[in-house]
Amino acid sequence: MQTIPEYLKSSWRGWVLFGVGFLGALIVGWVIFPMVLYSQHPQPMNFNHALHMDPERVSGIEGDTERERCLYCHEFRDDGTFAGIPKLSKCTECHEDPDSPLGQTPEEKEFLKRYVANHQEIPWYSYYKQPDCVYFSHIAHVKMGNLECKTCHGDHGSRKVLPVYQKNRITGYSRNIWGYRISGLKKNTWDRMKMDDCAECHKDMGHENNNSCFVCHK
Amino acid sequence: MVIDLDKCTGCGTCMVACAHENNLSVRPDESDIQRKLTWMRLYKITKDEPYPKTEVSYFPRPCMQCDHHTPCVSVCPATATDYDINTGIVSQIYTRCIGCRYCMAACPYHARVFNWWDGYFPRGKGLENYLSPEVSVRMRGVVEKCTFCHHRLMRAKSKAYAEGRRELEEGEYVTACTEACPAKAITFGDLNNPEHKVHQLIKSPYAFRLLERLGTEPKVYYLSKKDWVRKMGDNYLPGEFKPVTPPKA
Repeated sequence: MQTIPEYLKSSWRGWVLFGVGFLGALIVGWVIFPMVLYSQHPQPMNFNHALHMDPERVSGIEGDTERERCLYCHEFRDDGTFAGIPKLSKCTECHEDPDSPLGQTPEEKEFLKRYVANHQEIPWYSYYKQPDCVYFSHIAHVKMGNLECKTCHGDHGSRKVLPVYQKNRITGYSRNIWGYRISGLKKNTWDRMKMDDCAECHKDMGHENNNSCFVCHK
Repeated sequence: MVIDLDKCTGCGTCMVACAHENNLSVRPDESDIQRKLTWMRLYKITKDEPYPKTEVSYFPRPCMQCDHHTPCVSVCPATATDYDINTGIVSQIYTRCIGCRYCMAACPYHARVFNWWDGYFPRGKGLENYLSPEVSVRMRGVVEKCTFCHHRLMRAKSKAYAEGRRELEEGEYVTACTEACPAKAITFGDLNNPEHKVHQLIKSPYAFRLLERLGTEPKVYYLSKKDWVRKMGDNYLPGEFKPVTPPKA
């Protein structure tokens, strides 16, 4: 017959052991696991969104509203598709000469030396790349739905430093899709970019018809 | 969609165009008809009469996009397929499909196919370069079917939005088979829009739908002036089929 070990007989000791184990499991699940789950990838170079969005410091990026200035580089093509992260040709509309930087930052010199001089595209990591089965039309939301960019992308346009791209080691998707809070709790509309978040907004805006599968899947 | 069977030559361009447009995988052995993937299938039907009265007709069969009691949708246990009330198109979400194939059993038109293997696009032979980014590639163990080239609707909508329109004009959204058909046998449009050509065509006395009396309300209509072809579109009891008397000139 099994006997209960002496150290477990006193009830508070049992509770303490349970508590330590429980706490340990919580720390592993909520702190260590998320740290291990995502691999960190710094962007190939920094891009100062705040600087480029400020019309007093950077001329050439035209637009009266914040959204229009976003769209100046992250533009729509004539057929309504969204260009996403701009190609080098968009950058070289202003930064055309590799030998004469427009500003004083070391990043720009590096950018001109490495990419503009060699005509090489910058291998950006995309924070918001959705799985292959997802269809999303930017123009339907931005032009026809009149949404602001930051409703989904947050304050990305006012950042001075590009955040480190975090890639889920299992699925390969960006952490911005699941959201940075591992609990899945959401304070702002841009905290997460999962299907339920799209569906929730469609419902709140009174477009429940748009929650048919084939509106956002392909 | 309206398909004029008297114009169809049975060339099979619609099948090729469909497979190409929708990233259909090929098998190392494509002669294995049972396992082969095709969204648009071309059938050959023969009039059951000896020579010299023998006659042949071909009919292409996409998904019928059933409007009423959509059989696949009503049986799917995973809600992987649904009926979009805005467009009338029956969807199929591969990531949601559990591969039970109940829908394949329910579909009266055999419009659904099952992926027994992962998509096969031999690398290094250039096949992967032809994949369309607008259609997701299917994985092993899911059912797929014709989507009426739904991505083309999305493409047309985006273009319309860019031009500040919400409504599509006729011909802006057509399926790949419609566009490819060299005999122009396939007409595509909005059946509910009186200005579209298909709306007129389906009023023809020669228009019929496959297994119409099942009540699934297919959105694919066929046209044929041949009585025996129309008769094959449904199961008629002897004497039940009524031939169309041609209007007097």
